[in-house]
Amino acid sequence: MSENIGKIVGVNGNLITVEFEKPVIQNEVAYAVTGELRLKSEVIRIRGRYAELQVFEDTTGLKEGDQVIFTGELLAAELGPGLLTQVFDGLQNPLPLLAEKSGFFLQRGVYLDSLPRERAWTFTPRAKKGDRRTAGETLGTVPEGIFEHRIMVPFGWRGVWTVEDIVPTGDYKVTDVIAKLKHEEGEIREARLMQRWPVKIPIRAYAERLAPTEPLTTKIRIIDTFFPVARGGTYCIPGPFGAGKTVLQQLTSRYADVDIVIVAACGERAGEVVETLREFPELTDPRTGKSLMERTLIICNTSSMPVAAREASVYTAVTIAEYYRQMGLNVLLLADSTSRWAQALREMSGRLEEIPGEEAFPAYLESVIAAFYERGGVVKLKDGSTGSVTIGGTVSPAGGNFEEPVTQSTLKVVGAFHGLSRERSDQRRYPAIHPLDSWSKYRGVVNAEQVADAKRILRLGNDVAQMMKVVGEEGTSIEDFVVYLKAEFLDDVYLQQDAFHEVDAATPAERQQYVFERIHTVLKTPMKFEDKDGARRFFQRLTQTARDWNRAAWGSDEFKSLEERIENMRTEVADYA
Amino acid sequence: MHKVYTRVERIAGNVVTVRASDVSYRELAQIETRYGTSLAQVIRIEGGRVDLQVFAGGRGISTDAKVRFLRHTMQVPFSEALLGRVFNGSGAPRDRGPSIHENLIPIGGPSVNPARRIIPRRMVRTGIPMIDVFNTLVESQKLPIFSVAGEPYNPLLARIALQAEVDVILLGGMGLKHDDYLFFRDTLEAQGALSRSVMFIHTAADPTVECLLVPDITLAVAEQFALQGKRVLVLLTDMTNFADALKEIAITMEQIPSNRGYPGDLYSQLAARYEKAVDFDTAGSITILAVTTMPGDDVTHPVPDNTGYITEGQFYLRNGRIEPFGSLSRLKQLVNNRTREDHRTIMNTMVQLYAAYRETLEKQSMGFRMSAWDHKLLKYGGRFEHEMMDLSVNIPLEKALDLGWEILADCFDPEETGIPTKLITKFWPKTHAAVASHATPRPVEAAAS
Repeated sequence: MSENIGKIVGVNGNLITVEFEKPVIQNEVAYAVTGELRLKSEVIRIRGRYAELQVFEDTTGLKEGDQVIFTGELLAAELGPGLLTQVFDGLQNPLPLLAEKSGFFLQRGVYLDSLPRERAWTFTPRAKKGDRRTAGETLGTVPEGIFEHRIMVPFGWRGVWTVEDIVPTGDYKVTDVIAKLKHEEGEIREARLMQRWPVKIPIRAYAERLAPTEPLTTKIRIIDTFFPVARGGTYCIPGPFGAGKTVLQQLTSRYADVDIVIVAACGERAGEVVETLREFPELTDPRTGKSLMERTLIICNTSSMPVAAREASVYTAVTIAEYYRQMGLNVLLLADSTSRWAQALREMSGRLEEIPGEEAFPAYLESVIAAFYERGGVVKLKDGSTGSVTIGGTVSPAGGNFEEPVTQSTLKVVGAFHGLSRERSDQRRYPAIHPLDSWSKYRGVVNAEQVADAKRILRLGNDVAQMMKVVGEEGTSIEDFVVYLKAEFLDDVYLQQDAFHEVDAATPAERQQYVFERIHTVLKTPMKFEDKDGARRFFQRLTQTARDWNRAAWGSDEFKSLEERIENMRTEVADYA
Repeated sequence: MHKVYTRVERIAGNVVTVRASDVSYRELAQIETRYGTSLAQVIRIEGGRVDLQVFAGGRGISTDAKVRFLRHTMQVPFSEALLGRVFNGSGAPRDRGPSIHENLIPIGGPSVNPARRIIPRRMVRTGIPMIDVFNTLVESQKLPIFSVAGEPYNPLLARIALQAEVDVILLGGMGLKHDDYLFFRDTLEAQGALSRSVMFIHTAADPTVECLLVPDITLAVAEQFALQGKRVLVLLTDMTNFADALKEIAITMEQIPSNRGYPGDLYSQLAARYEKAVDFDTAGSITILAVTTMPGDDVTHPVPDNTGYITEGQFYLRNGRIEPFGSLSRLKQLVNNRTREDHRTIMNTMVQLYAAYRETLEKQSMGFRMSAWDHKLLKYGGRFEHEMMDLSVNIPLEKALDLGWEILADCFDPEETGIPTKLITKFWPKTHAAVASHATPRPVEAAAS
């Protein structure tokens, strides 16, 4: 088979127009050749004899007449042992290795193997000759850090395969053949430690998809108690700049109760990736006692990296997430920010001169976003175990206005909405998730009725606060005023959390249930005060004590004595008349 | 010799189209017109037609103008000889000095590999309390000054440049008024800082396309200095003019506008420039301070809005002062725990009390009765605005922290400030201890703030 080669007839930014003769495939990968360099690109539209390709690199220097080599393959990710702890760019090139090769800067046209080719893994077979297997079923395992990494029948193999030959326990490299399998119809194929999978197609090698019901604890109180996320669910965090989206994502990546965290830094600042990159290896994962990096994988296409690769990066990330899900693990994918990805779509759409939708975003924006979030979910695997991919995406709406298309399209498809508010972040109330606007369709870790009570008080308190702005404190009745103080109390001691405090930064589910129960009792207690100043003073003392309580280690003597103090304070003002 | 084309097919705005072959994307060309020679850059190739963006503008170009392709992309010379010099947006001298042609480097190079960046750790001292104490500037930070037209943002930039401890200052001026250019030049010269500065100036009277080149040229030179291990401070003023130039070209090229006429890639374009700010693991650093004027004081305007998502915080300049609210240095936590132990406490306490002062002012304006506590806050607010916020204040960080204690002690009792006892015993000025004895009890509003 000879190579399929076309030639460039037009260049417009990162879009090139190529004249071709042999058949080409929509979305296949091609390389544009300029001098010594081969620039990776993807076919995105075909018109007559011309194909339009988005180039994943800077196109400076490309000429009319330059060669383009079509590969016949879709953009794919390498899947196999050795992915965890790595830092990839949007096309799955390991960044530290790129730095060794080309220094400080990201030189274009340099593509490296995603998985280390030389490293040997100890493979233990879990199948024997004559066993029948289908796509996604286990052939054997290799240890990868703290996990048992399953080597599976490649996801793209259709039908039932019989193991003809499988290697014994031993050390193998990712490209080594570990088994030969025979199809019902006689075809024989070789399986290796690694496989490739086209990133834009969801992996479906499982038995069935289940509904997400089990809560995923993030250890952030306002999320777990009020706006919970489920394992296999999806949620979004829209917010204006400076409201703390990225800090929230970083905290979640640290404390979330999942097996693997994949951070997709999509079109955001390089500095933030660097913080994760340099700090995670130093931090210990409380679940395993090992470095946090052992369960983390970073895909980063920061804002100054080529825009087309930004679009690819979220798909690469979700594909890797699905791959680990296939091993029965719970994976959390944090995408920061999906707006940058949508903007990348918009840029290409503009160059293709498509008819624009709202704010010049392409008309297919909604379906693309929906399809992406739909790749999250809980699945029952063919061996009966379950695995999940939870997707949390931040959205950066222009002007902080949630009416814009990306936020709106996202809200339609996610299960929880954590809207960050400028107002709350200006008041230094962190996390700045708005307690009245946000919502979640998932079940939380605490009693739902109590949460509903608490939400009612927040709403009433907010009404009183609005009213007080008009009539002043003088014009407010003491009963209303106490409701307002209760709402503020709940906000201060439960919704807000000190991200820099060792204990307060992460509240486990058990502690949330316990503490919320107490707070709820305080909220439900009818109270009597002489005057407003007295009421305010009481709540200030109560707030101070409850905050100290938050900072006390779980179950410590200090914790118990503060709890007692709060209970005493409560009974002092309780009005059971 | 290069082939010369003399058939211009289309002239629209600053973009001309010629039929040419063997031309590469982003290559430079020279266009000769009867008014002189201008550089131009290839911005689109389509079926044998080449679109060129003419640096000097399209005015005066004839359909038989001579176009010669130069076989290289935009370059800028780099050497120590640049220091003390002033250039325009195409890299030609603006002062009377000789033009420099040695050691040409391409502009708009690739971005830095995140794996080679380090977490910034060094503070940039400016002598301005509102920055040093409240929103510390950190080496390798990228920070815009959001401001409305008419605010003294250029004098502020000049002051920071003069007082910051950096090796090289680079100034990129976009759409500057000629007076402002002279102001920068004269200020740097008068303070003896010109010899460690390079200026790339595009004034409002110069062709728009040159405006687009200024950040790239400036940052390319900055990168070279940083690679030599220098600590570089880049000042860009005004990035809104840069964004407007982008808009102008995009509309000429018939691109579909996304928001208020700005092109859809505004975010990527701005990010490509701001992300040049870096702290290299084994070389120098680039810190970027940029001015973004907000049309109509509207922070949701696409330019400040996109900028805010890219940069690491922002300074709001309003009424000649840096606003404590809204202004933010996202990187300050990385350094302010290692300056002096009272730094964070002073920072938080003073801003919280200032917020309480603002509330009191509001109450006062609505005619509510003023309590003793309100009077204390009014006194505090006055001193804070006058002695800390005023841009003419010029004191090192330690002096500013001492001044903070002194102002707090003058206006409040220790327990009214909510400062931890440990710090009170250590830092509270002793001369004011007497105040506490006849103090009024702490009003509740203080704790609420």
